[in-house]
Amino acid sequence: MSQSYHEMWEKLNLDLPAHDGLLQVLGKFYGDIYMSQQGRLQGMEYLDFVLSEVHGLRIKELQDAKAQGRKVIGSFCVFVPEEISLAADAVHVGLCSGADAGKEEAEKLVPRNTCALIKSFIGFKMAKLCPFTESCDLIVGETTCDGKKKAYEAFGELVPMLVMEVPQQKRACDRELWKAEVLRYMVEVEKLTGKTITAEKLKAAIKTVNDRRRVLQRLNRLREADPAPISGRDALLINQVGFYDDPVRFTASISTLCDQIEERIKAGQGVAPKGTPRLLLSGCPMAVPNWKLPYVIESSGAVIVGEESCIGTRNTRDLVDESGETLEEMIETIVDRYLKIDCACFTPNTERMDNVAAIARELKADGVVQYTLMFCQPYGHEAIKLGNRLEKESIPSLAIETDYSMEDVEQLKTRVEAFVEMLK
Amino acid sequence: MIAGIDVGSRSIELVCRRDGAVVHTARRPTTFDPRGQIRSLVAGLPLERVTATGYGRTLVAQTLAEDNGPPVETITEIKAYALGVRDLSPEARTVLDIGGQDTKAISLTGDGRVLKFEMNDRCAAGTGKFLEHVANVFQISIEEFGAYALQGDEALTINSMCTVFAETEATSLMAQGHRPENIALGLHASIVKRTMNMLGRVGLTHPVVFAGGVARNPCVVELVSRALGREPVVPDNPDMVGALGAALYGSVQ
Ligand code: SF4
Ligand code: SF4
Repeated sequence: MSQSYHEMWEKLNLDLPAHDGLLQVLGKFYGDIYMSQQGRLQGMEYLDFVLSEVHGLRIKELQDAKAQGRKVIGSFCVFVPEEISLAADAVHVGLCSGADAGKEEAEKLVPRNTCALIKSFIGFKMAKLCPFTESCDLIVGETTCDGKKKAYEAFGELVPMLVMEVPQQKRACDRELWKAEVLRYMVEVEKLTGKTITAEKLKAAIKTVNDRRRVLQRLNRLREADPAPISGRDALLINQVGFYDDPVRFTASISTLCDQIEERIKAGQGVAPKGTPRLLLSGCPMAVPNWKLPYVIESSGAVIVGEESCIGTRNTRDLVDESGETLEEMIETIVDRYLKIDCACFTPNTERMDNVAAIARELKADGVVQYTLMFCQPYGHEAIKLGNRLEKESIPSLAIETDYSMEDVEQLKTRVEAFVEMLK
Repeated sequence: MIAGIDVGSRSIELVCRRDGAVVHTARRPTTFDPRGQIRSLVAGLPLERVTATGYGRTLVAQTLAEDNGPPVETITEIKAYALGVRDLSPEARTVLDIGGQDTKAISLTGDGRVLKFEMNDRCAAGTGKFLEHVANVFQISIEEFGAYALQGDEALTINSMCTVFAETEATSLMAQGHRPENIALGLHASIVKRTMNMLGRVGLTHPVVFAGGVARNPCVVELVSRALGREPVVPDNPDMVGALGAALYGSVQ
């Protein structure tokens, strides 16, 4: 990456040598996992470019936006209503937290038995590695699990932080609570940006975010085809990039990519031969650069055809109803849309069981790989439930519990390969 | 001749078949030079096809490719054990395989396919490695350790599943003056307890075949029998089952 960025990173107070090291590792990892794929789509070059410039050009864009007086808001969870940030002319980015860097630092603030995702976002901050975190004027957390809830108390000492309360049930009173939180978020965002959210602006923001969801829905539908027209790794990358790229540009690029995919399907082409075992990946979110398991799966003779995850269908399945005209109406539709999210933090959460089974059927998946981050209570519990449910429906499933380290790769390979052998 | 090779952490097994019968078997320690060991195992054999399994399965493929050897396919130990067991005991419904660094429980369908499997994760708790490690503490060879433990009359409780902590526990029990045979018995019992949990998770159905290197340990076999309430089937060469399964896979392809 060019020298000019060093100055920018220095201004952001990154630990430059450590950051250079991170970029090197990332680049190598990316090369091994992505560039080595055969029969890759041309349109993926856009993603290769975005990813190679993730700490460069994209950060520069954020800095330019800030210079024009716009604010940058970061979030970790798909519950934070991006529509509201955009309506106040803020830039909204998902903060990734998919790597082990800074783990030792993080363990000074959170217990060792904490999931890798939490350790990662704290570690990135403490080790001064993430230019996105450093660019944020506000970071929005949410109370979706106890680990995060408590971690935000420590994290809040390090960054400007707002924590939204996500309810844990979906009764009328919970909806009231969530609505109050959405309104509170709106007030906070207006305060931060100094802009008033008008009906017109919110309507446009809803459309922007829905458009991005729509294009990702389209991508997902295309994956019903056999042979699979796109690898799961690439599709995951697209979902990951969707969290921090400019939404309008992203939607346009993925739309072009979908056109290409349609041609491929028509021509009967795919990334793996017809009849290759098709797997649905389900469970905890997989933030950049958490590609270990998808890589293991796709080098074991299977292809991933869907991601039932927050970096996947849980983020894209539901749209905000676009018929609202007044601010009040639009807030209602936003509240409703977000409460459809079937995160494991809810109790009960039977929707998720239904949804996973339905997605597996739609995508004609031969099996489901459940991915749980070690020490994640909500998804750990649901892995048992979901396993039983899928067994009842005669959908084979494999439960994997892992973290971001590489020490279990060989065992993972054996497990995944054995599962794929079972399906053949 | 069609060969199956199972490269485990402790030993490498080779089974060769011709016209539907096993015609040659061999075994060597893995050592720090598994490539060399693989080479010497197959040297001079007229092999047409090789199927490799075990954690070193890709190493076999690499090594033989370098030597311009016969084509190599790889399968997992899970599949290999299922195939091997089906051949030896067609009626088997559950396989327990305790090897050098992995323990696996596999349930089979009526026609011998894998229905479900469980495998220990990253650490060596409950595997052959565990026994090897604690046998060292007793300064008894791993081959004799089982017979030694069978002399115990009361299995002392070992709480830790972790190899290193279990050693600490064993040492402190020794310091308290307990009979070492009873401590050894307790260490064996702790492995079997873990194993039974794993078997339970795949839905234990009889008959159970107990394979893998640790099935040579008489104490583990005895404790497994007690826990199951009936004797598991132990093949004559329990550590050859993976290589046999691999050879069978190669024969049908
Ligand atoms: S899993 Fe739950 S908490 Fe995590 S990002 Fe998704 S909705 Fe948010
Ligand atoms: S992965 Fe699980 S434990 Fe970690 S933050 Fe998400 S919900 Fe919480």
